[in-house]
Amino acid sequence: MSVDTATPTTQRSQGPFTRITSSGLGRPGLAAKIWASLWPKLLAIFIAIAIWQITVWAAWKPEYLLPSPAAVFSDLANLAQTDTFWRAIKTTMQRGGVGFAFSLVFGTLLGIAVSQSKVLRAGVGSMITGLQTMPSIAWFPFAILIFGLFNPFAIMFVIVLGAAPSIANGVISGIDEVPPPLLRAGHMLGARGINRYRYVVLPAALPSYLAGLKQGWAFAWRSLMAGELIVQLPGQVTLGGSLSKAQDTAQADDLIAYMIVILIIGMLVDGIFSAITNRVRTRRGLTGFAG
Amino acid sequence: MRSLSTSPGDVDKSKSPPQQNGTHPVAVDIRGVSKEFGQGASHTVALQDTSLQVREREFVCLVGASGCGKTTLLNLIAGLDRPTSGTIETGDRRVALMFQEATLFPWLTLEQNVELALKLRGVDRARRRARTAELLELVRLGGRGKKRPHELSGGMRQRGALARVLAQDADVVLMDEPFGALDAMTRDSMHDELERIRSEVELTIVFVTHNVREAVRLSDRTILMESGPGRVKSQHIIDLPRPRHMEDPQVAEQAGLLTAELKDEVRRHVR
Repeated sequence: MSVDTATPTTQRSQGPFTRITSSGLGRPGLAAKIWASLWPKLLAIFIAIAIWQITVWAAWKPEYLLPSPAAVFSDLANLAQTDTFWRAIKTTMQRGGVGFAFSLVFGTLLGIAVSQSKVLRAGVGSMITGLQTMPSIAWFPFAILIFGLFNPFAIMFVIVLGAAPSIANGVISGIDEVPPPLLRAGHMLGARGINRYRYVVLPAALPSYLAGLKQGWAFAWRSLMAGELIVQLPGQVTLGGSLSKAQDTAQADDLIAYMIVILIIGMLVDGIFSAITNRVRTRRGLTGFAG
Repeated sequence: MRSLSTSPGDVDKSKSPPQQNGTHPVAVDIRGVSKEFGQGASHTVALQDTSLQVREREFVCLVGASGCGKTTLLNLIAGLDRPTSGTIETGDRRVALMFQEATLFPWLTLEQNVELALKLRGVDRARRRARTAELLELVRLGGRGKKRPHELSGGMRQRGALARVLAQDADVVLMDEPFGALDAMTRDSMHDELERIRSEVELTIVFVTHNVREAVRLSDRTILMESGPGRVKSQHIIDLPRPRHMEDPQVAEQAGLLTAELKDEVRRHVR
């Protein structure tokens, strides 16, 4: 009798256990992995679009101000067949790329300089963090005054001011937080002078540096959008410019379509940085499970 | 076991252990070394007027309670720090240091870690490959070269660290409680490994531990250190036959005598 009741209990408790082992700790296939990370995102997008559609159905605003998702996506499909659309993306991405490259060089050099010099650290160390809290759009009036409204350098200037502090901070905290035992080990191995940086300090600082780059990109992209809304060069189509034009001409479907493009590009680039960061962290055993 | 009772800081060279390697030249010559840290209220004397000679191919263990300056002494020999007074001579011998924590670089694979040590010594690429494989084989990690440190167990990591130390082709290897963080079984097997490697590679070893039995198990000579301020208390030649084991009654007996001496020391300071 007691055996009869005990047996099914044991079997039942094995059920969930077996499932956990196969889905959590086993090695699922690539497709299953991609699906596992994809479906929550798809669900979130679906819910967002559903809310949007319900708002449209509720007739909160007339459709020429708040078009339905279907209208916007078909407009986006039409836009994607125009040359202007791709020229806008190209110009904006080029600006973003060049601005980020400048920020990268400037931020990295600044970070290394501050981490190495006590005077510099005391002088500008806290100012770098302070600069991060300053909304980059607040720099534009000054940048326009200095460089002129029709000078693309005004935008570059603001991008670098927005992104470089994050990158510099990534470098500084990365170098500051190299575990002392690794430094001593490197010293004993003969990694001194420039080799100390090449073989110990910089590799050790890499995860923090990558986090700084990722944050720097987010700041650069925001500054760029703000800049393109304000600084518009004659004859140049840009994503921010197209956004501004759609507002001026009350083309709500264009406007939302460009916003979606801006969101997607920002997320894609961020996704690339995340992928690199995760890869580095996993290789070093810094992640909980994946290592 | 013969006790060489010496007044602290005065180890007469003529009393140096006349053992089988007693004729080897002195590899590490520490004379009247003191090390002080801090100033004013935080001023401490980590090491006071310490003298010690370690001969080539000798295995010396430094034992003492925490605060006796044994790690300080190791760092001074390694050149990571400078003595406040006194001299440390190692001639043109290469000195390597192995730490308690696993200090393999986490961004490199095991074999890249070993290769880096060779590279920093200026060994060319082809020789590096061959030598790395050899060393990993020596510490029984052959075939695991592509693993990263976090994928290895604690014992494997310390064997990897040992391979990296050996890659430095050092004459003198300083070990700062290298097996302190390992479980007893892994530690015992590391003792055997170390002994085997020492029979294949000529090494002078200065080994710091707070485990008296480990010191008796491993060393040719055990130095007891006292604290407050840190200095050499006494030296003991361990002339038990090898191979030894932690469980050997003779090892236990000698360790017991040394422990009793250390306990007196600790009690005197606590009182």
